[in-house]
Amino acid sequence: MGFSLVEELPKLLWMVIGVAAFLAVIGALLFLVDAGARKSRVEWWQATLFLAPALILLFLGLVYPVFRTTLLSFMDGQGGNWVGLDNYVRMFTQPELLTVLRNTLLWVLFGPVLATAVGLLYALLVDRRRFESVAKSLVFMPMAISFVGASIIWKFIYAYRPAEAEQIGLLNQIIVWFGGEPRLWLLETPLNTLLLIVVLIWVQAGFAMVVLSAAIKAIPDDIIEAARIDGTGLWSHFWNITLPSVWPTLTVVLITISVQTLKVFDIVRTMTGGQYETSVIANEMYAQAFRYNELGMGSALAVFLFVLVIPLVIVQMRTNRRLREEQR
Amino acid sequence: MPMFPNPRTTIATALSLVLLTGGCAYLSGEGGTAGADPDSPECEPYAQWQDIGGTVSVYASIRDEEAERMERSWQMFAECTGIDIQYEGSGEFEAQVQVKVDGGNAPDIAFFPQPGLLERFADSGDLVPAPEGVQQLAEEGWSQDWLDYATIDGELYATPLGANFKSFVWYSPTFFSDNGYEVPQTWDELIALSDTIAADGTKPWCAGLESGDATGWPATDWIENVILRENGPEIYDQWVNHEIPFNDPRIADAFGRADEILRNPDYVNGGFGNVQSIAITSFQEAGLPILDGDCGMYLMGSFYAAQWPEGTEVSETGDVYAFNLPPIDPDQGTPVMGGGEFVGAFADRPEVVAVREYLATAEYANNRAAEGAWFSAHQGLDLETLEVPTDRLGAEILRDPDTVFRFDGSDLMPAEVGAGTFWRGMVNWINGEETDAILDYIENSWSS
Repeated sequence: MGFSLVEELPKLLWMVIGVAAFLAVIGALLFLVDAGARKSRVEWWQATLFLAPALILLFLGLVYPVFRTTLLSFMDGQGGNWVGLDNYVRMFTQPELLTVLRNTLLWVLFGPVLATAVGLLYALLVDRRRFESVAKSLVFMPMAISFVGASIIWKFIYAYRPAEAEQIGLLNQIIVWFGGEPRLWLLETPLNTLLLIVVLIWVQAGFAMVVLSAAIKAIPDDIIEAARIDGTGLWSHFWNITLPSVWPTLTVVLITISVQTLKVFDIVRTMTGGQYETSVIANEMYAQAFRYNELGMGSALAVFLFVLVIPLVIVQMRTNRRLREEQR
Repeated sequence: MPMFPNPRTTIATALSLVLLTGGCAYLSGEGGTAGADPDSPECEPYAQWQDIGGTVSVYASIRDEEAERMERSWQMFAECTGIDIQYEGSGEFEAQVQVKVDGGNAPDIAFFPQPGLLERFADSGDLVPAPEGVQQLAEEGWSQDWLDYATIDGELYATPLGANFKSFVWYSPTFFSDNGYEVPQTWDELIALSDTIAADGTKPWCAGLESGDATGWPATDWIENVILRENGPEIYDQWVNHEIPFNDPRIADAFGRADEILRNPDYVNGGFGNVQSIAITSFQEAGLPILDGDCGMYLMGSFYAAQWPEGTEVSETGDVYAFNLPPIDPDQGTPVMGGGEFVGAFADRPEVVAVREYLATAEYANNRAAEGAWFSAHQGLDLETLEVPTDRLGAEILRDPDTVFRFDGSDLMPAEVGAGTFWRGMVNWINGEETDAILDYIENSWSS
């Protein structure tokens, strides 16, 4: 196989065309805006020209699909007949789909909290140490790996071979060294979902660590100085000084990772394909809509996911606004 | 305010516009096939499709080595007729073809591995029925059994392409003869042999269900084969068409029989561990311990011939070979189970019809067979061209007029069962769930 430039040429060309099209649009806009004359009308035109592409794309890419998906979620598989709330009723009664919801709940409960906690702990531990930058980049590195790549790495870590054979999985090898029996990690429900969450933590902890580390460094020195003169212990310093100071940042990190977690699809798909009772909403949505031709059920799951994400996004926007106002 | 726009902006805009038009012109232009001389003797067989030209997009699940062989097999046709065949293979075919069709971006031709999927698109009115010429070739080329799978409401929509044989039990002839084992002729002999191999300290069977998105399907082949042999084709058809429930006692019996092998800790999982390891072992790897003598037998389709490592001798006296899973009920004979792809089309342009006609000819079947590791149920296929002995064996059994052939049942069921709960149920079954619970679960998921 290998990479042949000639064969890939059309794809590259499409990429170039895409970029060129983007530049052409922007160029044309600038051209028109530049070519305009007189102020007040011009400003109105300018605003329209700059906002229109974004608004049109937003409508086509977000508003319209949300509307259509919501309609589809009240229809049956082929998207032809109205079935009312059937899909939603099934979602909360069918044992298999309840398992999916349970798993998503597990993900949301454990993923963001643990990833943030690990990130915070690490940021505190390496803060103002000698090798801080090296230590930080070690934890930050998994961020550069896609979820699919990370999943493949961890699939090897959890790999199983019978006791009499050479272990190829790190986890089972460690257990064998300690005299235990190798186990089929990915088959043990609900432990397997937690093992999948570990992959998310591994990738996201670096992000949490970097952001929180910056927040810790931003705590004003005089506060720390004052605390030290008052003689606070480590623990109370953390509870009374560090945590309140980084709290806004902490919520931002938590929510960002929570949204990521709700949408999680690639880890589950790569590691278990949603088998062994590890499926989550995003995974089930894809399977229902595109593999089983149950477009209605898939849409209902999508709508439910959308509803779950909305409050997080609202909180996120509020926090951001508050932060901006504080900075002024 | 300058009266003239900034020169830099102008240049950037102009340049990008030039790129845009240039790039698009290249992409829509006549790229691709170098023409052969249409009057040369090599082009003789393709004379009827000459002067059509154009481009045909083909979409299927066939990838890698297999796809390259396939593309070589129609290369001559493309060069002689000037029809440019743009092939795209995807591991996500079943899901993506729906997305493409919904998005108004349907391929001209698709190879459907499941008649159930073909039926879905025929019902929705997206597929174009087989034109006159294709129908004629189909009737000449295949037995009615096969054409029935591509006929929806009395209308033929597709022609069969490749075939595979799914009742093979792979084994190692050298391992068998070294230990004095005989190829079993009946189910009882098969169980006796399994006991003997187990007593000699080797796990008699290996199995693997992991197959990415499709994890679970290898176990459905077990169930289908057993139902077919135990109850015969009539009951099998009723089961596939949901005329008897999935949790019918006869189906439960078949599960019980598969249970004796697949969930028997003394029998599985050769080279991989306990019963549960079947669920996470990939089907591609699962049969390989046969080569090391760690496993005795492996039930897997004829396409597994491609999985043996380079240098493995596939023959009756070599490293690996296969026998047909023996009969259970002598009254039912030995019906066989198999699968295959069907060529359906979403467009009816002359060049699309030409490709459909060509793919239905014996000419194509023999060209493809000459590239190796492939066979079909086409009556005009010359069995001598099949290099792999197991392919020849499979093709001979399919060709035999006495053979009762049935298509892989899970491919005929509605997708939410055949590609969903049935697969998932088998995985959970291997993982230790009760048979009755699994049967009820699958039955309840079947809506119609």
